[in-house]
Amino acid sequence: MIEARNIVKSFEDKEVLKDVSATFRTGYTNLIIGQSGSGKTVFLKTLVGLHEADSGSVVYDDRNFTGMSKLERIEIRKEIGMLFQGSALFDSMTVEENVRFPLDMFSDQSLEEKRERANFCLKRVNLDNVNHLFPSEISGGMQKRVAIARAIALNPRYLFCDEPNSGLDPKTAIVIDELIQEITKEYNMTTIINTHDMNSVLGIGEHIVFIYEGKKYWEGSSAEVLKSDNQVLNDFIFASKFLKGVV
Amino acid sequence: MNFLFHLGRYALFVRDSFRRPIKHRVFVGQVLKEMDILGLSSVGIVAIISFFMGAVITLQLAYNLELPFIPSYTLGVGARDTMLLEFSSTMVSLILAGKVGSHIASQIGTMRVTEQIDVLDVMGINSVGFLVLPKIVGLMLMMPFLVIVSMGVGIFGGWLAGVMSGVVSSVDFIEGLQYAFVPFYIVYALIKSLVFAFLISSIAGYWGYYTKGGSLEVGQSSTKAVVVSSIQILLFNLILTQLMLA
Ligand SMILES: Nc1ncnc2c1ncn2[C@@H]1O[C@H](COP(=O)(O)OP(=O)(O)OP(=O)(O)O)[C@@H](O)[C@H]1O
Ligand SMILES: [Mg+2]
Repeated sequence: MIEARNIVKSFEDKEVLKDVSATFRTGYTNLIIGQSGSGKTVFLKTLVGLHEADSGSVVYDDRNFTGMSKLERIEIRKEIGMLFQGSALFDSMTVEENVRFPLDMFSDQSLEEKRERANFCLKRVNLDNVNHLFPSEISGGMQKRVAIARAIALNPRYLFCDEPNSGLDPKTAIVIDELIQEITKEYNMTTIINTHDMNSVLGIGEHIVFIYEGKKYWEGSSAEVLKSDNQVLNDFIFASKFLKGVV
Repeated sequence: MNFLFHLGRYALFVRDSFRRPIKHRVFVGQVLKEMDILGLSSVGIVAIISFFMGAVITLQLAYNLELPFIPSYTLGVGARDTMLLEFSSTMVSLILAGKVGSHIASQIGTMRVTEQIDVLDVMGINSVGFLVLPKIVGLMLMMPFLVIVSMGVGIFGGWLAGVMSGVVSSVDFIEGLQYAFVPFYIVYALIKSLVFAFLISSIAGYWGYYTKGGSLEVGQSSTKAVVVSSIQILLFNLILTQLMLA
């Protein structure tokens, strides 16, 4: 379980996160939804300590991450896997080297064992025969999958995904979503996903946190999200004409 | 104000690059890779430029010294001392500031704007140490080699140009090379080049690392890296010359 408590974050004079609190449960796909520019990425990066919150704290299973020094944080960092908005694969490394990278850095396994693990992770995301290609040589959807494989290489307890299916066609987007959900269940991870894709909200939104202009406006499940009487949430959810007709 | 900000942040940046080292084996691998990318791949351009500069220096000296009392072995002395004292360390470093500096800044800058540096930070890897220290060490290890290559090729260029154009005989030129030779000049050049290698790699790393935005800003960082490291090379050239030769 990951708890965000009263997170405030500003850049220069611009307040991006205004007192955001939320709880993300283990074994569930937790979604953070909101418009572009609402502060989702900043929130996610604050949770993992890429941004320091101005005030408030982040707690990983009763361990206060915010109060820790850089060195103390390393223990928790080893349990974190993260998928960035643009995949962020190392473009000087092959696909296999990318997936092996966390192992190269942190494990004492032999090269054979590490390659085996990398191949296992690549298989898990349904990638075959791409080991020796470079990120620039594979499609965007495949890059996302490689990034997922890299994120799970060290068996993380916590998985963070920043818009895992942005820039993908609807079908591939669903495949990626479902893959993340499956992996979450399989390894009982605490997964947090940023998205503004309604398909994801309805498909894998077990727990949803809605952020609007840096504030948390609503929190609930996908079953509740369509029935809420929160006006701001409804404006976001029903922005698509298509959905308006359905419900 | 702005200058002090960058100076302070640069100092912290350099300090951070030495902190929390990554695994020894990984580090050595990184250094070897950088020696290849930054050093070996620069041998060609260093050799070409040194050859032509050596040749031009000799011809210009010959042209300027067309007096009957000046012995022609002076050309050898002049070509040697120009290469040893100034060209092979300072000029080669300025050229590398352009080639290697822009390479480092754009590589690290791209990693910044595509969140590859965030990937390292999330894993708890010291990203400055991981990315920049191998470049600093790699370039510092290769630089003396490049300088020696430049000296050799430059003097050879001078000899060839002098002999081919008939302004000096081979024997005279070689006599000039040996005349009043101060071995310390080579030490001086090597020490300077080590300092310059550090400046190029750390300053370029700094500008790349703190890139914000997108590909446009990566380009700007890389320009900044070249300009700032060139100016620092000139400044430190002055300081080191005063310290070591005065
Ligand atoms: N490093 C930064 N410095 C200054 N401002 C920033 C920084 N990062 C983000 N912001 C600002 O914070 C706000 C929220 O940005 P954020 O990237 O979190 O939005 P988002 O919800 O992830 O949007 P999107 O869906 O487009 O990714 C934006 O107005 C942005 O300009
Ligand atoms: Mg975002």
